[in-house]
Amino acid sequence: MAEPMLPVRYRVAGRTVETRDSATLRLVPLGPALDRFRPGQFAMLYAYPVGEVPISISGIGADGALTHTVRSVGAVSRALHDAQPGTVIGVRGPFGTAWAPEDAAGNDLVVVAGGVGLAPLRPVVLAALAARSAYRRIVLIAGARTPDEFLFRAELAAWAARDDLEVELTVDRPADGWDGTVGFVTDPLTRLRLDPERTAAFLCGPEPMMRFSARVLLRDQVPPARIRVSLERSMKCGIALCGHCQLGPLLVCRDGPVVSYAVAEPLLAVPEL
Amino acid sequence: MSQVIVDDLSTLVEVLIGDGYRVIGPTRSGSAIQLAELTDAGQLPAGWGVETGPGHYRLRRRTDNAVFAHSAGPQSWKTYLHPSRRKLWSTDRNGTFEPAAEETPRYALLGVRGCDLAAIGKLRDVLGGGSHPDGSFQARYQSLFVVAVNCTEPGEVCFCASMGTGPTAGAGADLTLTEMPDHFLVSAGTAGGRELLARIGHRDATTAETDAATAALDTAAQRMGRAMPEVDLRALLAGSRESSHWADVAERCLTCGNCTMVCPTCFCTTTEDVTDLTGDHAERWQRWSSCFELDFSYVHGGSVRGSGASRYRQWITHKLGTWHDQFGGSGCVGCGRCIAWCPVGIDLTEEAGRLAESGHG
Repeated sequence: MAEPMLPVRYRVAGRTVETRDSATLRLVPLGPALDRFRPGQFAMLYAYPVGEVPISISGIGADGALTHTVRSVGAVSRALHDAQPGTVIGVRGPFGTAWAPEDAAGNDLVVVAGGVGLAPLRPVVLAALAARSAYRRIVLIAGARTPDEFLFRAELAAWAARDDLEVELTVDRPADGWDGTVGFVTDPLTRLRLDPERTAAFLCGPEPMMRFSARVLLRDQVPPARIRVSLERSMKCGIALCGHCQLGPLLVCRDGPVVSYAVAEPLLAVPEL
Repeated sequence: MSQVIVDDLSTLVEVLIGDGYRVIGPTRSGSAIQLAELTDAGQLPAGWGVETGPGHYRLRRRTDNAVFAHSAGPQSWKTYLHPSRRKLWSTDRNGTFEPAAEETPRYALLGVRGCDLAAIGKLRDVLGGGSHPDGSFQARYQSLFVVAVNCTEPGEVCFCASMGTGPTAGAGADLTLTEMPDHFLVSAGTAGGRELLARIGHRDATTAETDAATAALDTAAQRMGRAMPEVDLRALLAGSRESSHWADVAERCLTCGNCTMVCPTCFCTTTEDVTDLTGDHAERWQRWSSCFELDFSYVHGGSVRGSGASRYRQWITHKLGTWHDQFGGSGCVGCGRCIAWCPVGIDLTEEAGRLAESGHG
């Protein structure tokens, strides 16, 4: 593996506007590619000359291309979000733990995403669809504030049209023409008839959304060890050297971002931990 | 381990310098004992001791000429092993990322107490022990020559005995000294130490001399100014996450981060991305950081740990508790620096004691 503190040059080969503040970048290596990423892992992306932030991958190309979906929320993410095709981006990774959807083979797979939390879960859905016969039901529940704020809208529509994938979309605030659910992701989740002995659930979104979703699953007897969440903390190094991403006993960059809810539950319950 | 007697350290320093080492040791600088590069053993702070207490550190004249009879000063060896600021790389707009050219000084550390020897081991585990080791640290660590000192002069804020790191220095040093009134007892812990010892004048120690050193260390262990409560600190801190005690600490803590800067094991860093005035050249620098800084835990939307109470809780919980989970041991070595250099005199041992009394863990 390359020197882990030294970014590797990738070029923005494609940019897709997702929402008013989110864009998906397709990055191709200018030299030797980094090691292959697994769904759930993240890269440290450097936008010249602003700085670097951790961003989970939202797609993995067979050709070494990386897909990252970036929401513009600060100086660095704005620079990444605005990066036009041809821009050179520094990339370090792959870092962190993975969703490992293959562990859920033979079970029902429930994927619950809130807002930009759908981005790290997209590779899970794609991996599960690519090995469709390995799973029983596959359910995707995605929430957004408004219908315009869903990522991957064309892909979501295509997924919704499939009969081997159950898609439930819900928004906080509907707009004209919205005929889906209004409310939190916990509403469709509560309505699911789960087989708790055969369910694996992957959750990603704001911490309260993950906590409330996990609570619904736990109430339905899904064991906490079979619920996985992706955590977010400040990161400067990505490789367990800088200390920023501490969450109780975890270094999120090394022991996460994907962890079992059995691990996350007592930590997410404590304010300001 | 056989021990020998060396009358003074001048030859030791000369030989180390001759071997190409930069010898770092304690010196008196202004009103504190500071670590600095030595060219001569005469720069060691002969006859200076210190008085310490919560929020208190004063030099004092001793009645003897002991050179290592001053407990921990404001600096620790991490200054040399894990520098406070260093360049990581530079780049141009479309250029490659060039790692910073970095010299790797060969340091000989002279006068490393048991607590600080343990701290160097903890830095090694954190910065060098993971799957992505810090190459700069590793290069510095691997070229070290360490001369440890058994501590016969613990201070008011010391508690190494209760952390199991002193006053007798543990394994890992090339040479270990015990300072006696007019000589040093020396033992070698590595082949490099034995080889070096063979090149400086010494004589075998008598039984009386080794017995006197052992007695001095036994006395030192009894004279610690502080002790950690004798409980499972990891369980104590894990069980104290929602203690009302944090609000009490927050009323005193200034969140200045002094405790983290003087701590010999605090390793946290942040990065700074800078450009020159043309904007065509960018660099990334790494510098020490502290969990007491408000933006340390910043993610979009705000800082996770906004209150002073949560930041003090983070520090002490990491130091005494979750360090075990992350790196397989305690993050505290009992040097007492955080107590002496806290401007409001917050005492780590006292805070842990209060949590223990309140029945957590």
